[in-house]
Amino acid sequence: MELTKEQQAILNGEKGETMAKVMKTLVQYGEVFGAEKMVPVTSDYGHLVLSFGLTFLGPVFDLYQKLIDEGCLAGQKFTCDPRPYDKNVPQSLLQKAVAKFVFGKQTRYEAQLAKLGLLGEDSYTCTCYLDEIGNTPKKGDVLSWAESSAVVYANSVLGARCNRNSGIIELFGSIAGFVPYFGLLTDEGRKADWIVELQTTKCPDAQILGSAIGMKVMEDVPYVKGLDRYLGTELTDAAKTYLKDFGAATASNGAVGLYHIDNLTPEAKEQGESLIKENAKVYIIDDAELQRVKDGYPCIWKNKDATPKMCFLGCPHMTLEQLKDWTDKIEAALGDAGNEKVLVPTVFTASTGVIKEFNKTPYADRLKKTGVIVSYICPLMFMDNPLWQGQPVITSSNKLRTYTTARFYNNDEILRIITKEGK
Amino acid sequence: MKEFKGRVIAAGEVTAEAVVTKQGFNTLASMQMMFIQSKTKCVDQSNPDLYKKLLQGKALCLPQTIGSTTGGMFLYSAVKAAKAPACLLFSKEIDSLAAAGAVLADVWSDDAKMPTIDKLGDAFLDYVQDGDKITVKADGTVIVER
Repeated sequence: MELTKEQQAILNGEKGETMAKVMKTLVQYGEVFGAEKMVPVTSDYGHLVLSFGLTFLGPVFDLYQKLIDEGCLAGQKFTCDPRPYDKNVPQSLLQKAVAKFVFGKQTRYEAQLAKLGLLGEDSYTCTCYLDEIGNTPKKGDVLSWAESSAVVYANSVLGARCNRNSGIIELFGSIAGFVPYFGLLTDEGRKADWIVELQTTKCPDAQILGSAIGMKVMEDVPYVKGLDRYLGTELTDAAKTYLKDFGAATASNGAVGLYHIDNLTPEAKEQGESLIKENAKVYIIDDAELQRVKDGYPCIWKNKDATPKMCFLGCPHMTLEQLKDWTDKIEAALGDAGNEKVLVPTVFTASTGVIKEFNKTPYADRLKKTGVIVSYICPLMFMDNPLWQGQPVITSSNKLRTYTTARFYNNDEILRIITKEGK
Repeated sequence: MKEFKGRVIAAGEVTAEAVVTKQGFNTLASMQMMFIQSKTKCVDQSNPDLYKKLLQGKALCLPQTIGSTTGGMFLYSAVKAAKAPACLLFSKEIDSLAAAGAVLADVWSDDAKMPTIDKLGDAFLDYVQDGDKITVKADGTVIVER
């Protein structure tokens, strides 16, 4: 890799041994992918994936302390994934006690984040790009982010440029101020390896469509045709919300960092099918294919017929419109069923910024009356507690399903279970 | 016995027993319970090739890693805590998350390493089976014996 004089000096140790190792890591990482140079990070803010003080991630916290002690701080402020724990989420005393142990380094880690460059106390969310949080990159911005759902959204919906960086690497990019130039930062790397032809009879569930595509294309770039029939050709709030959930499923069930939606996402609108590589593979998705994918999800509850003990919605975090929409749906469904409150303890998760806005609306009191709890947590990390393993938790998030023992149902099924059937 | 040659991402020599996944290895989903297990076992419900199998100290043979961007950080922590696979052997070009884990362990760990080889080819993953004896050489040669 060809480095500038400044970059070479850092690598040679002119800014200290720790900064030299930061640089060495970025160079070695870039060279794996044939990067020939570094390019400046141009976004206003970074985003970190590690938000949880897992006791067992001691080596990471030790490394971060070394950075702080040596003055290797981020040159840009950053947002961070959601906190892992909220005492208001229903749980047993034993689960609370274990969580206290599992996340035993949370206080220490949050203090480290503040020193390293956290934007603010309300900066903990996986949906940092929403207006209520304000970490919204511009088209063409070069980012040093991690968090798979945020990276795929920034690349695909906003047209920013970011590789699927790992935790730690993303912080190193924010500290150095530049990142190795390869992959999704390049024009060639943003071309589509797959054409996905949508032949469904109705708008597919975003979570299942994303899952199907992720499992098929893995880390390749798909160009999706036919989805604009349902989402339209403008990035409305509804379309962006759909793509948020769709993208999270592509990135967690596979390793997608960028997708193009014909006639809708910015680069597809500008460049059309010229984005598709020659000899791109084709994946046809119809109703039967989506059903096949959904039927293939395993259920690993200890007792497969158990009554659900908990329902989580909001992985990635819900938008303001999703909170309002679900309030309307739950009220109506409870009314139809003759029930006043949800039959399964239900938690909606959203960013603090979105929750504050939601609380200003009449919807907040209405939702509270249904018994649904709204929390700022990361449900995935909340369930990263051995006492939640195998417990009968349900969700319509394909990301949460992938990383936990939660069982997947689509939104209609979830609504029926929590308002009418209880199981 | 068969011999394959790949590209060295993190150098090292090791001999270990193979554990094989034909599908993408979801690092977080697989290894998130490693620190409460006496030895790291795969807990990814979506990976029938590996679910409940021992990963720690094994030669993990895989096409690529997928999923959460915590992947590299988990691999790095696993190496530092001596809970990681003995080596990572990729049939395809390594992905950015696994590469990060291998590089972080290589640069920031003096006492523990995780040799990592990629581009071993589809023939490698077609041939290798659970339980095979794997020998990794510093030049990227991988010997498979059964």
